[in-house]
Amino acid sequence: MRDPGRREFCRGTAFAGGGLVLAMALPAFTGRARSRAAASRAAPAMLNAWLKIGTDDSITVLVDRSEMGQGVYTALPMLLAEELEIDLARIEVVAAPVGDAYVNPLNGGQVTGTSNSIQDAWEKLRTAGAQARLMLITAAARRWRVDPAECKAANGRVTNARGASLRYGELADAASKLPVPKDVQLKPAAQFRLIGKPQARLDTPAKVDGTAQFGLDVKLPGMLYAVIALSPTLGGKAAAVDSNAAEAMPGVRRVMFTSSGVVVVADHFWQALKARGALKINWDPGPNAHLDNAAFRASLDHAAATVPALSAKMTRGDTAHALKDAAKTLSAVYELPLLAHATMEPMNCTADVRADRCELYVGTQVQQGAQAAAADAAGLKAEQVTVYTTLLGGGFGRRLEVDFIPAAVEASKALGVPVKLVWTREDDMSHDFFRPPAREEVSAGVDAHGKLVAFGLHITTPSVTARASPSTLATDPFDSVIEYAQNFPYAVANYHLSFSRQEIGIDVGYLRSVSHAPNCFAIECFLDELAAALSKDPLELRLGLLAGKPRHIAVLQEAARRSGWGRPPPGRFHGVAFMEGYTSHIAQVAEVSVAGGAVKVHKITCVIDCGQMVNPRIVESQIESGIVYGLSAALWGDITLNSGQVRETNFNTYRVLRSNEMPELDVHLMASDAAPGGIGEVAVPPVAPAVCNALFAATGKRLRRLPIAGQSLA
Amino acid sequence: MSRIIVNDKTLDIDASADTPLLWVLRDHLAMTGTKYGCGMALCGACTVHVDGVAVRSCVLPLGALEGKRITTIEGLSIDRRHAVQRAWIELDVPQCGYCQSGQIMSAAALLKDHPRPSDDEIDAAMAGNICRCGTYPRIRKAIHRAAELLTQDQPP
Repeated sequence: MRDPGRREFCRGTAFAGGGLVLAMALPAFTGRARSRAAASRAAPAMLNAWLKIGTDDSITVLVDRSEMGQGVYTALPMLLAEELEIDLARIEVVAAPVGDAYVNPLNGGQVTGTSNSIQDAWEKLRTAGAQARLMLITAAARRWRVDPAECKAANGRVTNARGASLRYGELADAASKLPVPKDVQLKPAAQFRLIGKPQARLDTPAKVDGTAQFGLDVKLPGMLYAVIALSPTLGGKAAAVDSNAAEAMPGVRRVMFTSSGVVVVADHFWQALKARGALKINWDPGPNAHLDNAAFRASLDHAAATVPALSAKMTRGDTAHALKDAAKTLSAVYELPLLAHATMEPMNCTADVRADRCELYVGTQVQQGAQAAAADAAGLKAEQVTVYTTLLGGGFGRRLEVDFIPAAVEASKALGVPVKLVWTREDDMSHDFFRPPAREEVSAGVDAHGKLVAFGLHITTPSVTARASPSTLATDPFDSVIEYAQNFPYAVANYHLSFSRQEIGIDVGYLRSVSHAPNCFAIECFLDELAAALSKDPLELRLGLLAGKPRHIAVLQEAARRSGWGRPPPGRFHGVAFMEGYTSHIAQVAEVSVAGGAVKVHKITCVIDCGQMVNPRIVESQIESGIVYGLSAALWGDITLNSGQVRETNFNTYRVLRSNEMPELDVHLMASDAAPGGIGEVAVPPVAPAVCNALFAATGKRLRRLPIAGQSLA
Repeated sequence: MSRIIVNDKTLDIDASADTPLLWVLRDHLAMTGTKYGCGMALCGACTVHVDGVAVRSCVLPLGALEGKRITTIEGLSIDRRHAVQRAWIELDVPQCGYCQSGQIMSAAALLKDHPRPSDDEIDAAMAGNICRCGTYPRIRKAIHRAAELLTQDQPP
């Protein structure tokens, strides 16, 4: 078989101007024939960090956020195209290299996460588009010797009052030499052509014919394949390896220790995998040999009572006193399990290490982090490492980690050839950076009139940020731990929000919606408990506590209206939950039934106000996506440890939602002209409390622990 | 050496007989549209057609495929012309896209046997294909739409 030479193909479509872009992200646009043509055409002019225009009118947008399904390869180009006055479908998208221009200040780095790609890009890319348009107009006006005010840009051309017209491609070179205009006027929303209107995703065609390039699909000339043996006990190490049998197997090139495990390199993946099975490794289990769920649960319970709690600045009034004086008090403890990200594409990385440089092909949410990890492993400087970001077969926060990168780099360096290291599903699931477990203690007090006068939330959990970004923790000891709780929306004079940090001995990570999910579970379930204690309707209770907050009230009322709140079909029951996060507002109503102890989720109604939308079609997909992700976790999500080893290793033991278990979804997007909010994570957290609140309505049984599976509803 | 037929081409493959078809396609033939997800026929990301039937290529050894006709996502159509691909584009089904080759191959096989599938038939046929992005509602709509497109394609 002839090797199709994907690497040449990648190079062929990279442009000379920036030199570092990789067009493999969307090969279907370019196609091989066209990419050869692209290689021979003149270098396109770079108008700014995000935009290149070729003399052949090709328009390339460098997207500096990783495409992991959330639609940035469409939504970010839309922002630029809106002001540039070009047809969206003409854009070729490439992944941006590592670069200062591509830092997302909201995340403190070139990071795709926290649902803020649009918030970051909203002004930045529209401004970049407007600046480029003005530069093109100025270039045309100079050529025509007319006043730029007499010229107009539309549909990829500049025209003047006398009817003359020039294509952007004819102007790009001259435009790129002009100074960048400082003050540009951005279009008012009423003039938007693209923004706010459903647009077809630019990445869809390549994702329906198998040409979309994920990390797993990278193939370089002379490349070898590697698998890794990771310590079965989290935190353990290989003490001794007998690799004689493995090394004698067909195709095996090398068995080697790396900083993260024992790596087998072979001509093909299957050979490497079989040889891994023949390794005899003596593992030193390390410090977690006795860690199990009971142990970390006990440590959280103990810490909740003994570790001095930090009070967040949102704390107001005197909650302890108010609780003492309250006519009625209520308290409950909620427990959240470890969760795996379980992206469909297991972790993988391809490295090509040479004496003075390293090329890294990887699906990552952190380009700078990937670069640093590779440089460290290769013994090179960061600037000697080129990062080519592929499409991500799911991110969900897992690809904020770079743990799977060094072994690939070390293997490539040792063998002197490109190496693709692929984790199996079992490696991926059992060596995740799991969503940390949490213990959440909630208390409330009401006065003699049934008015909420005190609310306390005490969170006990490990800190992801302590490991992932210690400097952040130094300035903000809470960081993400108090998400949603820090925006506690309900009217109460005394509010106490506190945190006891308790590590559990294993690495934990950020997972889609991070701490919004556990905190939303505790707060929104507890409000239901409060409603039951006060014999109030859970919706009415919330609306009463949200007086003066029209966006909050509007999503709840619309969700109630659409779901037929209070009038579920016979045998079915409703539960509601609300959340404010990522500057979006969301309400969900779950409709469930319980028969013989078996839970069925029939329908989820979801209403979101995420401010101004860029592409409502993608917003809707992301909300559906978040609901499915949240429902999988609510029903079944549970990573359990036994002697420091993860029990769940594949989709047979870590159950996720399948199409036949899919409830009906009714997703409604509220029109809004508020600033854009996040949409990638916000729909995850309300699912679990909405479903558990519905289960309470159905059975009178309050579930204070997730997942739902395995708990008695009798 | 094994002889298999992939997308109408007869190919001799130099790999051990126990090599799963998935890795033959991906590593030996550089046909990477078929994805690895679980290695245990649990997730459907590796779905291809063997003699017209949707199968999980991650557990299908090369040795069992002598002379069989294999169709992968690369061979489903020219220029994304298959009704399932057209419907997928029309409804913008994919998000991350990683599972979608498998979803599309399962859907195409379903429509061959059930040109007008009910929701229950869709659920039954697609339950073996996991999507962590949650594209299930769109997949269901797109399969109904593909069924319509297929009807339109048929001469009356």
